[in-house]
Amino acid sequence: MAAISEKATSSGPLEYSTEEGSLKIFGFWIFLGAEIVLFATLFATYLVLHGQTAGGPTSKELFEVRDFMIETLLLLTSSFTCGLAVLEMRKGNKKGYMAWMAITLLLGLGFLGMEIREFVTYVSEGAGLSRSAFLSGFFILVGTHGAHVSLGVLWILCVMAQIAKRGFTPMTARKAFITGLYWHFLDVVWIFIFTAVYLTGVVT
Amino acid sequence: MSSLFSFKMPEHGFFVTGEPMIYMADVLIVLVTLGIIFVLTYFKKWRWLWDEWLTTVDHKRIGIMYIISALLMLFRGGVDALLMRTQLAWPGLNFLNAQHYDEIFTTHGTIMILFMAMPFIVGLMNVAVPLQIGARDVAFPELNAVSFWLFFAGAMLFNISFVIGGSPDAGWTSYTPLAGNELDPGPGENYYLLGLQIAGIGTLMTGINFLVTIIKMRAPGMTLMKMPLFTWSTLITSVIIIFAFPVLTVALALLTIDRLFGAHFFTVTAGGMPMMWANLFWIWGHPEVYIVILPAFGIFSEVISTFARKRLFGYRAMVYSMVAISALSFIVWLHHFFTMGQGPWINSFFGVSTMLIAIPTGVKVFNWLLTLHKGRIEFTQPMLWALAFIPSFLIGGVTGVMLAAVPADYQYHNSYFLISHFHYVLIGGTVFGCFAGLTYWWPKMFGHKLDERLGKWAFWVFNIGFHLCFIPMYLVGLQGMTRRIYTYPAETGWGPINMVETIGAFIMGIGFLIFCYCVYYSARFGERDVTGDAWDGRTLEWSLSSPAPHYNFAHIPKVEALDAWWHMKKEKGKKKEKPEPYKPIHMPNNTGMPIVMSAFMFVAGFGFVFEWYLLAIGGLIGVLLCMLWRSFNDYDSHHYVSVEEIKKHEMAS
Amino acid sequence: MFGKKLRRLKQAAILPGLFLLLTGCAPIKSGVLNPQGPVAKKQLDLILWTSGLMLLIFVVVGILFVYMLVKYRAKPENEGYEPPEVHENKWLEMIWTAIPIVIVALIAVPTVTMTFDLEKSPSPHKKPLVIEVTSADWKWIFKYPEQGIETVNYVKIPADVPIRFELNAVGAMNSFWVPELGGQEYTMPGMSMKLWLEADKPGTYVGRSANFSGRGFTHMQFDVIAQKEADFNAWVEQVKKTAPKQTEAQWKKLLQPGLVGEQTYSSYPKLKEDPNMNHDMKDMDHGTSEANSMNHDMSGMNHGMDGSETMTHME
Repeated sequence: MAAISEKATSSGPLEYSTEEGSLKIFGFWIFLGAEIVLFATLFATYLVLHGQTAGGPTSKELFEVRDFMIETLLLLTSSFTCGLAVLEMRKGNKKGYMAWMAITLLLGLGFLGMEIREFVTYVSEGAGLSRSAFLSGFFILVGTHGAHVSLGVLWILCVMAQIAKRGFTPMTARKAFITGLYWHFLDVVWIFIFTAVYLTGVVT
Repeated sequence: MSSLFSFKMPEHGFFVTGEPMIYMADVLIVLVTLGIIFVLTYFKKWRWLWDEWLTTVDHKRIGIMYIISALLMLFRGGVDALLMRTQLAWPGLNFLNAQHYDEIFTTHGTIMILFMAMPFIVGLMNVAVPLQIGARDVAFPELNAVSFWLFFAGAMLFNISFVIGGSPDAGWTSYTPLAGNELDPGPGENYYLLGLQIAGIGTLMTGINFLVTIIKMRAPGMTLMKMPLFTWSTLITSVIIIFAFPVLTVALALLTIDRLFGAHFFTVTAGGMPMMWANLFWIWGHPEVYIVILPAFGIFSEVISTFARKRLFGYRAMVYSMVAISALSFIVWLHHFFTMGQGPWINSFFGVSTMLIAIPTGVKVFNWLLTLHKGRIEFTQPMLWALAFIPSFLIGGVTGVMLAAVPADYQYHNSYFLISHFHYVLIGGTVFGCFAGLTYWWPKMFGHKLDERLGKWAFWVFNIGFHLCFIPMYLVGLQGMTRRIYTYPAETGWGPINMVETIGAFIMGIGFLIFCYCVYYSARFGERDVTGDAWDGRTLEWSLSSPAPHYNFAHIPKVEALDAWWHMKKEKGKKKEKPEPYKPIHMPNNTGMPIVMSAFMFVAGFGFVFEWYLLAIGGLIGVLLCMLWRSFNDYDSHHYVSVEEIKKHEMAS
Repeated sequence: MFGKKLRRLKQAAILPGLFLLLTGCAPIKSGVLNPQGPVAKKQLDLILWTSGLMLLIFVVVGILFVYMLVKYRAKPENEGYEPPEVHENKWLEMIWTAIPIVIVALIAVPTVTMTFDLEKSPSPHKKPLVIEVTSADWKWIFKYPEQGIETVNYVKIPADVPIRFELNAVGAMNSFWVPELGGQEYTMPGMSMKLWLEADKPGTYVGRSANFSGRGFTHMQFDVIAQKEADFNAWVEQVKKTAPKQTEAQWKKLLQPGLVGEQTYSSYPKLKEDPNMNHDMKDMDHGTSEANSMNHDMSGMNHGMDGSETMTHME
């Protein structure tokens, strides 16, 4: 943060109360903008390569409706609980925040577990990354999202540890808020993956 | 996962062997490194280096480090250029063989665009933008240091390729399938992919940083339409970076995954699409060209208005035209490969959209000319570079329009006509802009001016060499000389023209050396800048002492007009204001995290280059640990500058 | 429709003259500046039209530029002069926005019309000859499907007959360029492209690859020999009689990276599996086993690359 005074404005949420906090939150929004471009490029690549199965399995043959519906459900719910956690933070309720966030993480881990299982199944069926251009596109797009979720889990754990130690200060509140933004963002990306990859994939 | 623990050597050995020139380079590298270590030890400067520079988060110092790196890279890329020109000076020469030549034009292009032009521009942004908007630093100073060190790690990774493992040799555009694993295995291309990847992440962070800085941290009263044009150009450039660089990140990652893990994004087999690389590369690549040219436009606007002693003509039109150019830059990428058979509709669309760029660019040129109108033009060093830009860029620009005429492009494409065109734009635009900016802000950075006489010599020599080198290329291109050939038979008749070009190139080299001498001479004997306002400037950076104190502004200025400092100077004396008392200033601490993290990134990159995955994963874990460490330890990363210290600084200047 | 106007302008265009002055002796009129067929002529017309307009801009801006520098430079006489703080001038700015728009339009219209024109045969009333061009690392292979013959690193064509080149690649991309006959088009693996060219009269025109394709790229030159149609037909007959047939093994060897001289074959193998590798994009039924064997072939090719002595001379 640049050397601007850290004067606290009395009104507004805690995470925005310092200039540093509002700068960082704004910066993170911009970062998410860049992430959107990143995922958009991956989506474009995937869609271009979708039909390029080189004689290998197609999306229709691979995708299991039940599995990806459960994955979606887990992640959507985790986004909801994450929102509840941030609301608790706004109230200054540390316990509430911790509890909801823990549930969020569990749901996130459940999602990751399902995804890893899905990947392992595909690979064991001979449908790995290097089987066809379609599968390269699939693994990299969905895998990039998965890597983001994993990193998010780790990051949220760190923030929770800091909040456990320090309680809610402008700084920890800002961190909690930003990780929340990140988590919601991953949810939004997943909705696109759900539609553009899985739903479209089982239809065509 | 046996491959995890494999440390296999590349086919041609770890160190590059068999080339006398490379042995010489090896020796030189060792000697220079030893020399630096000796000097630092002898003068007991290690502590100073670490405390004052390597761990700094001060935007001015980071800017200087960017510029030093850029000048080093300009030297390296320039030597590459001279080697190529020597080989081509006469038909049938055997100075370089095909392989060596291929490597050299690849590194020349990559280094000049990504490790010279980019950091030079970013360095100047770092030096000037926070000062121009009356801020005490950028929004995220620590991230700024991370950006720099990531760039540096990427650049170093790319640069060691020529002594360890071998350089990339598929051109700076690295088209697939040539750059794929089947046709070009080994570490060379991996260096390209990883070096650019690491530096690119740094650039993306810079884009975010400057966008937030300019949007959120302007001094009170400085509305968007009162911002200096260089700041405007930085703002627009940041937006382009944020939209363009993730595409590069993805493209590089996909090709890396193709090469290292056997995916099929760009392969010919298993359904991959080689042409997709060309698309992704240029969706980033064309905006990239504007990333390096728009800030140069900003610099020219500042310099021309300062030395014409006049307010910039058509300020609004200048801003809107830059916005228009940046928008257009995203819908013209296909003109880099009209000849790949997209059909007449697509080619026509992209041809016309490319021509449209001429309109806002033309507006800018006329506005610069009208700024000169009725001015009182002083031909200082920065002004010379800015003025020389106009005709040079005009040549580059009009040939650009010619290239956009699709059927004509079928005859220009990949010929020396094209080579000359983009060198006119990139040297005549970006390099001239960098030199204009460097000489213009030099007093602000170092507290003394560059010697005018030597500087002008450097300018004229460089310029004469430049035109001598590149004008003939238009002709030889039309005669059918294609780029990237390492030799040509005498029957072509291209010999004499190429000789002229080579002479021109060496003259440019001499110009650069004169500039280096000028830097040395001026550091010792140059005119000291005691006022802080070396050029009777117009924008806020000139209201500070030279070099500016590390906290920049003791009081945050209040801006009332465009050209804020000029306005203050005119209004001086009309209003009597009591000087406000100083208050302690809150500043970020220095930190070693950025350099350590980038070192880990370098290790990870090196591991991937050689496909030594244990090393690569180790490096990545190191990067992650740095981030975690930082997350837990940023609670007291600031300090206060005391009122006494501020007083001391302000009295001294 | 712009052709005639353009041709008149051609005389006026100063650019070639300027180049002549610049270099003196060398044979200036070669390559693009020496068009020998309808396609190259059209393209040169467009080149001259655009360079004429651009030269006009350059001269106007150049004069203004020099005028400003000379008239408004700082002199001892104007020491205390304080330049006026002019902001903007709506009319002027509109004018110089309008001028580039007009010029862009003047270029865009012929550009678009010609882009569409070039998709068609330059002489639609004449029966075209089809030649399949394959670039392999690093040689040019020309197949004449109607005649059944094949040449390597040179191609003979009948003059005054439109030629439809169908472009393919094995290995890296190249670009097929014969400047005196017309503009280029890429050869790409897995994507067949076409290019119309025609030579007005008999002669030999140099062609080369314009897109970097690796170590031997520099040597990817070939002669395009245009002959009178009767001579061309006689040559075809002679090739059919005297030249050897190309075996499958010879064909496969030809695709290996390396340099070869000119070759002529009276036939070429009609392979069931086209080794051009451009099948993969179109039919998706091929299994990986085949894709893998392809990889194998390719890695085999790379080992052949080490001998640099083969690179240095091909003539």
